[in-house]
Amino acid sequence: MSEHELDGNAMAGDLREVFAVDVTTAVATCGGCGEPSVVARLRVWGPAPGLVARCPSCDDVVLRLVRGPERAWLDLRGAVSLQVAMPPLSTVAEG
Amino acid sequence: MSIISPGFGGRRRSSQPDLPPGQYLTHDFPVLSAGPTPRIPLDRWQFTVTDETGAKHSWSWQEFQALPAEDVTVDIHCVTKWSKLGTTWRGVSIDTLFENIETTADYTMVHGYGGYTTNVPLEDLLDGKAWVAYQFDGEPLAPEHGGPARLVVPHLYFWKSAKWVNGIEMLQQDEPGFWEEAGYHMYGDPWREQRYQGD
Repeated sequence: MSEHELDGNAMAGDLREVFAVDVTTAVATCGGCGEPSVVARLRVWGPAPGLVARCPSCDDVVLRLVRGPERAWLDLRGAVSLQVAMPPLSTVAEG
Repeated sequence: MSIISPGFGGRRRSSQPDLPPGQYLTHDFPVLSAGPTPRIPLDRWQFTVTDETGAKHSWSWQEFQALPAEDVTVDIHCVTKWSKLGTTWRGVSIDTLFENIETTADYTMVHGYGGYTTNVPLEDLLDGKAWVAYQFDGEPLAPEHGGPARLVVPHLYFWKSAKWVNGIEMLQQDEPGFWEEAGYHMYGDPWREQRYQGD
């Protein structure tokens, strides 16, 4: 059944609150199978009790995000790494 | 019609005495899932209690159906703030499953098909406080609600009532399960509004 399945774009608002960059364009590498996936392409269930993002290759949990009234928990133990695009360093040097 | 609206406010006392603080009444049965719904053929279903020595006590579906069943009517309270009163279940009391199990462990990890886990102290599963239920409202438990069988431990928030339950593992020390690792309360008493860590 996939009636509650979303994709990683559903996490954009909550992730933007935690991070200053748009994490949905980052590449998360699954701790289960090692497959890299753009966060927007993760298979997401939720939003309650929390967002659960699973690897599109093996269904293992890559990322969990729980939003409480005054706190958020981001659990990344299912991700080997999160690769985030950054502005070129040279921009800073030239500035 | 209920005068209580869900809202997004802070802790509020409910105006209904049978609702824990901050909860609202619902008459439908919302489905919350953390992953794909597992489909478990009954001839492959198995329930296993693993004690602290690693010894396993298992029941097939057929063996489970032969155990004495109980019909219970209980109120359930979801951490997402809905409560449903007077729900009716049929299943096997955890007391029945533990009749021949010797253990000195005080804690458990409840496991479900699909990999879900949740921690519950053993004393909260015994003495008529919890069941492995396979019928809801007189019908076989639907897969989206945890069928073929789910834990029902109604005095704790409903995330403790693991869907697609397939086992109880005895632990000497309390350890967090799936949602407890990610910010939710280790115990989850709705009457004390133990929703998140530190509540």
